[in-house]
Amino acid sequence: MEESGIIDWIVTGSVILAKILLIVGPLMLGVAYLTFAERKIIGYMQMRVGPNRVGPRGWLQPIADAVKLLMKEVIVPTRSNHYLFVLAPTLTIAPALAAWAVIPFDADTVLADVDASLLYILALTSVGVYGVIIAGWASNSKYAFLSTMRSAAQIVSYEIAMGFALVGVLMAAGSINIGEIVEAQRGSLLHWYWLPLLPLFVIYFISGVAETNRAPFDVAEGESEIVAGFHVEYSGMAFAVFFLAEYANMILIAFLAALLFMGGWLSPFEGIPVLAPMFNWVPGLVWLLLKAGLFLFFYLWFRATFPRYRYDQIMRLGWKVFIPLTIVWLVIEGAAVVGGLGPWFD
Amino acid sequence: MSFERLVFYTFAAILVYAATRVITVRNPVHAALHLVLAFFTCAGLWLLLEAEFLAITLVLVYVGAVMVLFLFVVMMLDINLASLKAGFVRYLPVGATVAALMLLEMILVLKSKGFDAASMPPPVRHAADYSNTRELGSVLYTDYVYPFEIAAVILVVAIIAAIALTLRKRGESKMQNPAEQVKVRREDRVRLVKMAAETRKPAESED
Repeated sequence: MEESGIIDWIVTGSVILAKILLIVGPLMLGVAYLTFAERKIIGYMQMRVGPNRVGPRGWLQPIADAVKLLMKEVIVPTRSNHYLFVLAPTLTIAPALAAWAVIPFDADTVLADVDASLLYILALTSVGVYGVIIAGWASNSKYAFLSTMRSAAQIVSYEIAMGFALVGVLMAAGSINIGEIVEAQRGSLLHWYWLPLLPLFVIYFISGVAETNRAPFDVAEGESEIVAGFHVEYSGMAFAVFFLAEYANMILIAFLAALLFMGGWLSPFEGIPVLAPMFNWVPGLVWLLLKAGLFLFFYLWFRATFPRYRYDQIMRLGWKVFIPLTIVWLVIEGAAVVGGLGPWFD
Repeated sequence: MSFERLVFYTFAAILVYAATRVITVRNPVHAALHLVLAFFTCAGLWLLLEAEFLAITLVLVYVGAVMVLFLFVVMMLDINLASLKAGFVRYLPVGATVAALMLLEMILVLKSKGFDAASMPPPVRHAADYSNTRELGSVLYTDYVYPFEIAAVILVVAIIAAIALTLRKRGESKMQNPAEQVKVRREDRVRLVKMAAETRKPAESED
């Protein structure tokens, strides 16, 4: 019994480890090529070509960047807090990766089918702020610390609007399991929650952009006033880990927006007489990736389009516009749920 | 030893260590961070008790929001450690009395009749499809709906009171009126003046 117990542990452990590698590997590759796509897309939007020197059409650029960062020296500032300085990148990347444990990629394709998976993601994304706070404080640099305070205030503020937007989703689906939320949207393109929860959907995605510290909400790394923000003292791989976490979080928000509001792995042609059977062969993962890709494109489009918000404008938008809007829409939605408004809430 | 027990003892050891460090560590920021670690491992222990909703809420509320603000304040304070350390001997009797009282209370509660194994049996193990969140919600919104609503109202009052406290007029505070900013037209800021073109004789070229 004892012997077989240990073997069972090893088998279960290695299966889980293999699944984790199967998620994290493509995710890291996705991060690398998201940076490439960002530089290319923004390049074309600004009438430039973007990186095109390394490899065919510049496709090896992210690999070259990674190798370069690996070879650089990690400099620890003299009067910094050494332990926390090293701990901060770890604390940033750990929640960014751990959140992927509960993301379903297709019906029944999920690493951990946790019942409260939406809540778990909300909790883990809120833990990510510690990396930023500790990095800024441990660096013993004024710029890094200023950025830390900006970003902590920003993340805490937008988390409330984000949480309320998610409350709308779970009111509609009657579940906090992401897989069940997606299945509740089955029907057609019009059954997806983007339509009945349109304000919440918009608020969720904008809050997600703010939460990941991306343009136009990237005051935490406002180059013109505080150099590069909380990671100004980091170099080499330590910096790269922050970078990885930021992009992994972007992809996470894009996936969540696709899963919660755009029907996840459901085909957009569902319910349409001729088209639906024609696209039946497409695996659900492809639809999910396409939808997430659309949101990632929005991220890059925002960055190329909007100038950076002023700090007080960010706070105003979060507290005085988004939170009241979400509360009002929750009341309307509550009435719709009670009234059984079809085809979403019946 | 089952895997569950191993996890429990690991988490328990980390929790005790973190809690001890909260009060023994010199740097207040480190103390706050150890408190975060204590909350986090505590959430892990609650997960073992199949209370996943409470565990995740603990991380979400205390780790994700309360401690962030706490850390924020601690980092900005310029705390003089020497003055904090002073008077340790003087306060020792008071502290020891409070500690002894708390210990006595805990012993009284834990040794009381209602707390033995007979009246508090170990919790039943539930199947994998058991939803702690649903159970908690159905109890909160039916049996305990009035206490729950009263607690909610008290919290709202506290929020409004805290906001009202910040609304007092202070001379040095500056604020923007976004409505005015949005309403600004070009004519308010820039005046285009029409001028006759000036002609000047080109100077003699030097070469």
